[in-house]
Amino acid sequence: MSDSPAILIDSVSHKYSERVALDQLSFDVRAGEIFGLLGPNGGGKTTLFKLLSTLMPVQSGQLSIVGFDVTKQADDVRQSIGVTFQSPSVDIKLTVRENIVYQGRLYGLSGTDLRKRVAAQMERFQISDRANDLVQTLSGGLKRRVEIAKSLLHNPRVLLLDEPSTGLDPGARFDLWQALQTLRAESGVTVLVTTHLMEEAEKCDRLVILDHGKLAAMGTPDELRSKIGGDCITIQAFDSARAASLSQKITSTLQITPQLFETQLRIEAPEGAELVHRLTREFSPEIRSITLGKPTLEDVFIRATGHRFWDEGKA
Amino acid sequence: MSQNTTQSPRPGFMARYGLPISMLVEREFVRFFRQRSRVVGALAQPVIFWVLFGAGLSGSFRMAAASGGSVSFQEYFLPGAALMIVLFTSIFSSISVIQDRNEGFLQGVLAAPVPRVSLVLGKLFGGASLALVQALLFLWSAPLLQYIGLAPEMPLGFSIGQTLAMIGVLFLTGLGMAGLGFLFAWKIDSVQGFHGIMSVLLMPMWLLSGAFFPPGGSKWLSWVVAVNPLSYGLSALRHVIGRSDAAVGLPSLPVSLAVSLGFAVLCVALGVRMTRRPSTI
Repeated sequence: MSDSPAILIDSVSHKYSERVALDQLSFDVRAGEIFGLLGPNGGGKTTLFKLLSTLMPVQSGQLSIVGFDVTKQADDVRQSIGVTFQSPSVDIKLTVRENIVYQGRLYGLSGTDLRKRVAAQMERFQISDRANDLVQTLSGGLKRRVEIAKSLLHNPRVLLLDEPSTGLDPGARFDLWQALQTLRAESGVTVLVTTHLMEEAEKCDRLVILDHGKLAAMGTPDELRSKIGGDCITIQAFDSARAASLSQKITSTLQITPQLFETQLRIEAPEGAELVHRLTREFSPEIRSITLGKPTLEDVFIRATGHRFWDEGKA
Repeated sequence: MSQNTTQSPRPGFMARYGLPISMLVEREFVRFFRQRSRVVGALAQPVIFWVLFGAGLSGSFRMAAASGGSVSFQEYFLPGAALMIVLFTSIFSSISVIQDRNEGFLQGVLAAPVPRVSLVLGKLFGGASLALVQALLFLWSAPLLQYIGLAPEMPLGFSIGQTLAMIGVLFLTGLGMAGLGFLFAWKIDSVQGFHGIMSVLLMPMWLLSGAFFPPGGSKWLSWVVAVNPLSYGLSALRHVIGRSDAAVGLPSLPVSLAVSLGFAVLCVALGVRMTRRPSTI
């Protein structure tokens, strides 16, 4: 058991009528990892999430969780996973305690065992003092904590979270990640989290970048960044026509081919500072702004997919 | 800390059926009583209908005279009003499956290791029990209105045997109606859409069940009444309540019960089949 992956995804494809949502996707998640699924909305994250949480039938390929096949052993899979959906599955007309207790009964828990587990989870997520409040009176961050507390009640080995920080303020987001890290450290739960936020992706042990249903890149955040190497320069031009002509000029004078995104040019260079100097000296009337930075995961994304993170459906 | 990597033991019968079903039923009750407007509406509306229609139509109601009995319209309408409670309460509770889906609760249930039959039965038993409790309350208390002049004189109270039989009939009818509502609700994505179906299908179903006026009249009308499953729930209720001769010309009690049971079983079975079919939630 020790080395077998917690989640295995093997050449999985999925289509909604003609639209391809997942295209021959394969990767695996090791036991005890916090694993990120990064990609723009519509990139296939939610589809994959629904397949893993057994809410949608698998069309082709194989998915298994802690060794159980998602199609053939759906009940074992369901018993092994805790799921936190993007749209919360808490019932806002019920109290915090009722929500968690009811969840327990769905998983066949009852009596003292259930009471103990409910108390322990409420303690862990610091919601005990709100136990008797209706969930509709809770803030977004607290609701999310109830949601996670609920999904951990049956001691799942894998926790699946779909965009868990949707609607959370930065403070609540920070707390959430703190809680996930503690959880992993204490109980060795494997965590798979989908996100479209770069700063969340940074906190994962490893991540994959999904783009148009394909695996665009995979590795630790550091590995992914180091693939780019050097620095990233971003130039903002005045309009797209002038951006295009600037790009050509740069190519002809400096023998560098920038990537062009409408009004923006992007250049990867080993010695960024020096290049910025040359660019500003030679082309300053054409440059609205120029920034120099170490590569971010967004740069990784651009490199891997050839388009910007938010260029949905345009590539 | 209760967290560890060992998995919970494989669930048994109670865990797979008993606990989830009872949870869903309890939730239906908790949610219902927490929404005060629903409680008031569900209890007051049939009483108002019963009193107003009873008073307004008492003059034009001829059945009593024709069959030589002495049933006032309000007494005739009593089981019909109770049936209205059953119909609306159980249907409304199945609509809540739309809400459960839109609010996200449903996906939590679908991702749990719970057989689909538990989900369907939990939801439908919840609606039917809720309907049963309200209809019983109504049947017990409405005749009391005669003491303040809002109802004509009629017998009060029911024997224990009658009460048990009423419980059976009301629950069975409620289950069938909740099941029918569930079949629609599962396929429809908004509560508004459901209201459309309700006004073209469910209201006429109630009106044409014999709840409001005795079947008969035109040929096509009696056919509609005969194929309407709700007619049999009503007829069973009339037999069970056993008041005067309002049950004259209705299907017999065994036939009424058999049809009601058959309809409930059919709806539950179709509901289970539908939820097993994978869908995109």
